[in-house]
Order: sequence, then C-alpha cells, then structure tokens
Amino acid sequence: MNTVLTWSVLLATSAACYLIKLVGYLVPARWLANARFQRINTLIPVVLLSALVVTQAVAVKSHLVIDPRMAGVGAALAALVAKAPFPVVVLCAALTSALVYRLS
Amino acid sequence: MPPVSRRTFRDALSVALTVGAYGVAFGAASVAAGFTVLQTSLFSLLTFTGASQFTAVGVVAAGGAGISAVAAASLLSSRNALYSLQMAPQLDVVGWRRLLAAHITIDESTNVALAQSHHGSAAVRHGFWLTGLGVFLFWNIFTLVGALGAKSLGNPAAWGLDAAVPAAFLGLLWPRLGDARVRVVAGVAVIFTLIATPLLPSGTPIIATVLVAFIAGWRR
Repeated sequence: MNTVLTWSVLLATSAACYLIKLVGYLVPARWLANARFQRINTLIPVVLLSALVVTQAVAVKSHLVIDPRMAGVGAALAALVAKAPFPVVVLCAALTSALVYRLS
Repeated sequence: MPPVSRRTFRDALSVALTVGAYGVAFGAASVAAGFTVLQTSLFSLLTFTGASQFTAVGVVAAGGAGISAVAAASLLSSRNALYSLQMAPQLDVVGWRRLLAAHITIDESTNVALAQSHHGSAAVRHGFWLTGLGVFLFWNIFTLVGALGAKSLGNPAAWGLDAAVPAAFLGLLWPRLGDARVRVVAGVAVIFTLIATPLLPSGTPIIATVLVAFIAGWRR
C-alpha cells in the first residue's frame, strides 16, 4: 500500500472533518438554514452509503463480481429486517461470509 | 452547574458503549484496507466521525484516488455542521472548550443531548459532553482492539472481514430509509453505482452519486 496515499488521506480527511464540525460554532445560524441545502444535505449520506454498500459488496476495482461478501451482506440484511442491533448485524455478515469462503 | 442526573448518565453511557464497541469493525476494516495500526488509531482520534472514517478507508480499498476518498468522507460529514449549528447556542462555549466541543459534535452526542431537552438546558449540556467524550473513549479503545485483531488474523476474506464493511455501511444506511422518497433515492444510487462501476475509474462512482442527491433534493 502506498504510504503517501494513506497518510495524506488520513490527515486531509481529519482536517476537513474537523473544520466542518467547527463551522456551526462560528457562523450565524441563518447561513445554513436554507431549505434546499438542508434537503440535499439529508440525502448525501443516503446516496454515499448506498454506493459504498454496492462497491464494498460486489466490486473489485472496476469489475463487478459475485463472491462470499454477497452472502454476508444478505445475512446483514436479514439481521436488519429482524431488528438486530448494530454489532450483531456486522457479526452475522462476517460469519456468513467466512463460512461461504471456507466452503467454496 | 447542577449535578448530572442518573437518567442522562445512563443514556450517555449506553450509547457510548454500544457505539464505541462498533469501533472494532472500523479498526478491522481500516487494516483490511491497507492502513497501518497507527494510522487506523489516528483516524479514530483525529477524524472521529464513524461513517466518514469507514468511507475514507472504503474508497481507498476500492482503489479510488486520495482526493475521492477525502471528498466522499467530507461530504458524508457535512451533517456535523448542522449539528454544531444546533449545539452552539445550547452549549454556549468559548475558547478551548469550543474547539473541544466541535471535535465531539457527532450523531450520538447531538442526538442524546437533544433528547434531554425536555429535562432542561443543564441536562442537554451534560448529555452532549458525557456522550461525546464517552464515545470518544470507547471508540478509540475498540478501534485499537479491532486493528490489532485484524492484523493478527491475516487474510481478511477468510474471516469475513471484507463482508463486515458493506454490512456496516448497510447498518448505517438502514435507519435513514424510513421515508419512501429516501428509499427511492437510495435505490437510484444503487443502480447508478452498479452501472458506473465498470465505466468510471475505480473509487469515483461513490463520489459521483452525490449528483443523485443534488437532483433529488433540488426540488421539494
């Protein structure tokens, strides 16, 4: 793994995320009160998380692949539907995927 | 300042422990993505906003450019600006306390704090600080546990760690899907990513989905 890449991502992400948290303590409240901004802002985590689920579950670089991860995400989905708590969801995914990995 | 009520303390502690324990998943995901144990711990100490940390290492793991990783993580943390806007008048902090308050302004501290609002302004402040500092403590301890654990396990796929990452994202996404409009937007983002993955350079489809949010959120 490229050391320059990992360190620059770490430091730049940390700086940007901190400044974003600080914004609300420094600017007047009306600056971010715009309704359109708020609507888009609520949807941004939704689209990014959806994209991340897809890329982490079925993509390897620029290729779509079906591998044991898919089974793990299926198990996580079932756990979420069954209203399992967060750590259980992640654990179900890991165990299922590991099992399929060893069987295949 | 009045003493901390037992109820506020209990709320803060239960959230701090359960969310903090989830740091294990981040620690493991980060090491599986190729970050060192030191870098992984620094992420939790310095970035300290879970979903963005997962995103940064996730984009790097997907082969994305550094700028895509930073941009996606930053956009995901933009909600923290709205949280700090809500907390600023309630905390009324200046100097180094304001700088510290900003660092622990995350989903959990803000939501526990606002949930105390019918118990008075002191309970709001207690809820914010206890939850924020509590999550910070446990999140960092468990990140290190996860990173060291993943390091000693070897091949991440053999232990299902590679599936734990998308499962974690799904777990973060799930509570936001209550609204029908939001579910449609999520569905469009999924289809967009599936189509864009073979066409665009790796890592960029993730950040490109922000377009979907802009188009969907532009009109009421």
